[in-house]
Amino acid sequence: MNNVCVYCEFEEGRIQEVSYELLTKGRSLANQLNCKLEALVLGEGLNGLEKEVSRYGVDILYMADDKRLYPYTTLPHTAVAVGLFKQTHPQIVLMGATSIGRDLGPRISSSLTSGLTADCTNLEIGEYEDKKAGKKYENLLYQIRPAFGGNIVATIVNPDNRPQMATVREGVMKKETISDTHKAELIYLDAGQYLRDEDLVVKIIERHMETSKVNLKNSSIIIAGGYGVGSKENFNLLYELAHTLGAEVGASRAAVDAGFTDKERQIGQTGITVRPKLYIACGISGQIQHIAGMQDSAMVISINNDANAPINKLADYVIQGNLETIIPKMIRYYKKNIK
Amino acid sequence: MYKIIVLAKQVPDTRNVGKDAMKADGTVNRAALPAIFNPEDLNALELALEIKDQYPDTKITLLTMGPVRAAEILREGMYRGADAGVLLTDKAFAGSDTLATSYALSCAIRKIGEADLILAGRQAIDGDTAQVGPQVADKLGIPQITYAEEIISLHDRTIQVKRRLERGVEVVECTLPVLITAHSTAPECRPRNAKRLMRFKRATTLSERHTTAEDYLAVHNDQAVLITEWCAKDVNSDLVQLGLGGSPTKVRQVENIVFQAKESKVISTDDGEIESLMQELISQHTIG
Repeated sequence: MNNVCVYCEFEEGRIQEVSYELLTKGRSLANQLNCKLEALVLGEGLNGLEKEVSRYGVDILYMADDKRLYPYTTLPHTAVAVGLFKQTHPQIVLMGATSIGRDLGPRISSSLTSGLTADCTNLEIGEYEDKKAGKKYENLLYQIRPAFGGNIVATIVNPDNRPQMATVREGVMKKETISDTHKAELIYLDAGQYLRDEDLVVKIIERHMETSKVNLKNSSIIIAGGYGVGSKENFNLLYELAHTLGAEVGASRAAVDAGFTDKERQIGQTGITVRPKLYIACGISGQIQHIAGMQDSAMVISINNDANAPINKLADYVIQGNLETIIPKMIRYYKKNIK
Repeated sequence: MYKIIVLAKQVPDTRNVGKDAMKADGTVNRAALPAIFNPEDLNALELALEIKDQYPDTKITLLTMGPVRAAEILREGMYRGADAGVLLTDKAFAGSDTLATSYALSCAIRKIGEADLILAGRQAIDGDTAQVGPQVADKLGIPQITYAEEIISLHDRTIQVKRRLERGVEVVECTLPVLITAHSTAPECRPRNAKRLMRFKRATTLSERHTTAEDYLAVHNDQAVLITEWCAKDVNSDLVQLGLGGSPTKVRQVENIVFQAKESKVISTDDGEIESLMQELISQHTIG
């Protein structure tokens, strides 16, 4: 009881990466809290998943295998999760900040009157003092996220309500298995016990899932453009450099909002988190939300007109000037020097 | 006839944060940021207006919670086609997190009554949580359809909606009532209509009329539209569930992030310097 529970997202025959990342984080939180790690998987055709899920150190795996639970719709998943949590009283519930997690999380939190923090970039355990009420709390979940356009970082706590809920984007946490032989205790849930007819009111008529053409997460070199790139046309310079170096092109939110490139290239708190060998930031000023998505890059080169751009502080190399001048030179001297 | 409520929020324009957005003490200087109609709430309004195009006797009520000033976006919405505006404002709402906000909004929606359809933006740009829509739906005990890109059809109280997901699209069907959140890829909101602008430019809330006493006569001689203004008591809300006290989440700490500054090497645009950088990167096997 009062364990850490991760809602694992099931899509097209497998558990999503973000869920494994959260199980890894959940394992370390459970160790600190001296409690168990639970996983909840809802879907259809789940047989055999227990082996993979167990490797992340899951103690108890709840599974409900029912055709009404796949593909995902809001109310059936809410009904089973809320029903289970009312019995098991987890102290922490984690889920991916995905299309599904961001649809389901708030619904569960409202049903259970518990606090939910979206898009956390870090989770820690710590204490909290409510000075007004003169109360001290121990072992609370610190839900850490950039806020207010990324100008500040806030630590959120849920002192009184349980579970403490948080969503986290894919790639923010690292995934790591604990043991290949570890076996979770498997508990099958009967979905019928939780579902009512009115939970099935939304019907899926059509569904097209696409695999993303952009593979930022696994790229060892990323050329990222910000608002300072100036235009969609100028982004072509970035594609050229990326093509030459065998890199992928990313972008800051400002560049995506300005229509310079697609949303699927967005790096940062509300985009993708990356850890490449080399990150070349072009015309990116470096708001916290963006930094949150690239700060673990091994090497950073900043190309910027503005000598005082915040991102320069993170950079190993700062090239001051116009990218229209600099990028063609980088391409030329790369080609000249590579064998 | 459909009765639609559109939820909207006035937000600081965080997309254009200037250098004076932060005060010296590290807190946010709200005064330096322009207040705007949250972009995806405008997409939601457009989806409502499209339904009204098809069913002209549809009534669209725009509902916002915020300070007195938030009436600005109600007028903006009426210029663009909303039939009425409701401002939910009370000191008791201060410090509300998403759950306390959703509770207050759900009380106001009940007070407006008999909504067939509730539309809202997916998320507000000042928080990006995307939580209020689903939480309001839960409080009202109705289903939700998030990330709507298009309303494909609405006949006989059955609605078909195209959803834009991270990795694809989905078409879903549901009977009313339902709460729908609009994705930024939904149609852009139509511009202000000149006739509506004339008709609603003096539409004000009671609080606004009290603070602009000199306009009192002008307003009343005009029989200008009165924007509904409700406080916590008006919507029969339970004070315990409102504001900071009614919010499960508390902010423990807010800090300005100080980057761990690296020692950066500054390079000019000289050919020689860029060539030696490329040589260095190649010899380290960072590239190539």
